[in-house]
Amino acid sequence: MAERAPPLIVGAGPAGIRAAATLAAAGLRPVVVDEGHACGGQIYRQPLAQDGRDDRARYGSEAGKAALLHRDFAALGPDVDYRPNTLLWNLRDGTADVLRDGVNHRVGYDGLILATGATDRVLPIPGWTLPGVFTLGGAQIALKAQGCAIGRRVVFAGSGPLLYLVAWQYMKAGVEVAAVLDAAPLSAKLNLLRALPLAPDIVLRGLRMVAALGLAGTRVQLGVSSLRIEGKDKVSRIVYQSGGREHRIACDGVAYGLNLRSETQAADLAGCAFRFDPRDRAHLPLREASGRSSVAGVYLAGDGARIAGADAAEAAGERAALALLEDRGLPHDAARAAALELRLAKIDRLRGALEAAFPFPAHWAAEIADDALLCRCEEISAGEARRAIGDYVLTEMNRLKAITRIGMGRCQGRMCAAAAAELLAVQTQRDIGAVGRLRAQAPIKPIPLDVSLSVDERQHDPAH
Amino acid sequence: MPLLHRLVRQDSAVVPFTIDGVPCNGRAGDTVLTAVLCHVEQLRETEFSGAARAGFCQMGACQDCWVQLAAGERLRACTTELAEGMHIVTQRGLRHG
Ligand SMILES: Cc1cc2nc3c(=O)[nH]c(=O)nc-3n(C[C@H](O)[C@H](O)[C@H](O)COP(=O)(O)OP(=O)(O)OC[C@H]3O[C@@H](n4cnc5c(N)ncnc54)[C@H](O)[C@@H]3O)c2cc1C
Repeated sequence: MAERAPPLIVGAGPAGIRAAATLAAAGLRPVVVDEGHACGGQIYRQPLAQDGRDDRARYGSEAGKAALLHRDFAALGPDVDYRPNTLLWNLRDGTADVLRDGVNHRVGYDGLILATGATDRVLPIPGWTLPGVFTLGGAQIALKAQGCAIGRRVVFAGSGPLLYLVAWQYMKAGVEVAAVLDAAPLSAKLNLLRALPLAPDIVLRGLRMVAALGLAGTRVQLGVSSLRIEGKDKVSRIVYQSGGREHRIACDGVAYGLNLRSETQAADLAGCAFRFDPRDRAHLPLREASGRSSVAGVYLAGDGARIAGADAAEAAGERAALALLEDRGLPHDAARAAALELRLAKIDRLRGALEAAFPFPAHWAAEIADDALLCRCEEISAGEARRAIGDYVLTEMNRLKAITRIGMGRCQGRMCAAAAAELLAVQTQRDIGAVGRLRAQAPIKPIPLDVSLSVDERQHDPAH
Repeated sequence: MPLLHRLVRQDSAVVPFTIDGVPCNGRAGDTVLTAVLCHVEQLRETEFSGAARAGFCQMGACQDCWVQLAAGERLRACTTELAEGMHIVTQRGLRHG
């Protein structure tokens, strides 16, 4: 029998790193592809060059975990076939197309672990395309990886734990944080009481951050709505409603985000079945507690499967790798697998409380201003989308895409599809779960049109 | 006025490049996005309305930060490391083709 192809891991964040280490420890040599220049994923992203800051300065309370993950992955050395700066853009018939330095590689694999992570979730607001407006994640990356602030006087707006975390990180870096504008009302924050016994350290750390922001004179405003960013060619102020009044704050940078959304395109290409997940308000690939998807040999781990945070990503990556080993008939630690599942279940309960404390402001969808751009790529406004929904009696996302081009632009719906689904649901008075989801298409991110060089790395005919 | 403000790497090695023909200095370890936005307020103008854009997600997802090099090549500014001698064009009017 021919030698079996290696497993393929997509993503070298906490989930992918733990998966890789587990497979390597069992004697397999997985291929690990990641678009980033170094391992770590989003939360433990590494800078392009040393900049004088240590892990503590860069990763704060999570510095220990970051150091351990970076070290453990580096220690794998030749035991993994790690490919940084490499984009997976297609999956078909057991073959992956990965692009590195302009050269496409066709990689055969036997077992696929998808650990693709998440990006910020947003709803459009007027002015969100102005220079100076970044996602919360983007504002954090500027600071963490590039050592830059997105303004001298920055407003943080939206919802989610990152809202307070990034605001606090900017404050610590010496940037003036003009305000934190939270979409969630005070009543939502009472859910933190539920989270407290599950993870007192996390909740108390968050509360200390809010207190520190308040002490520094930052306005922290709950229950805001009708956000609008104004400026000519650049942010100059943010306008919002709260307590029945309009407020405006001068600023030169805005960090905006409404929690995260999973990157599921690769799971879609792999043929995974999807189901609507009410908590994440998204269609997500079906996944067993073990990480197994609906497709044999395809495993899902980390925020790419469902938003659960970095600690869960580590546990899920390891758990998925154990499932792969078991399915391959290799020795695997069943007790460890069970312990990881328990840990994941516990984190999931915490997550439920946190999501309730930092809810997605679904009610904003009805109020999206007609002149706000829904699609940044193709410059399609919310008003145009609403008109098309009415004129063509649209009820389903792929029809909306075909008629309006929403989701067809360069970002392939990463920035607009969740918002378009919310808008379509409100407009047609249907449940958000009933409007469908955009099907992913290869290439799942833009690739150069002229990729002429191609290397076929398949050792033998793929399994199917 | 720059859009971004550098808090570290103030003294890192200089990486010379140009924005719309004007000589500029980036620092070793900069992405193209950082290097450009530490000098000016925009990366590009949109194809349809000509509105200024300066990136959004900084993690390779939104595709808002594609810039053009004078030679015609396009690159995603937030995930590309600045290289010496890059000639970056941020204004539609200056682009050929
Ligand atoms: C910008 C951002 C900042 C965050 N900051 C914090 C924080 O400060 N604190 C906190 O607790 N949580 C934070 N989170 C949440 C946290 O990042 C996640 O919970 C955690 O990183 C999830 O780990 P993961 O391994 O699932 O995915 P990630 O860490 O996101 O890693 C996924 C990796 O997959 C790669 N990838 C995805 N698709 C492809 C592809 N097609 N081809 C090649 N590579 C691919 C990506 O480049 C990435 O490196 C942040 C999230 C984001 C998006």
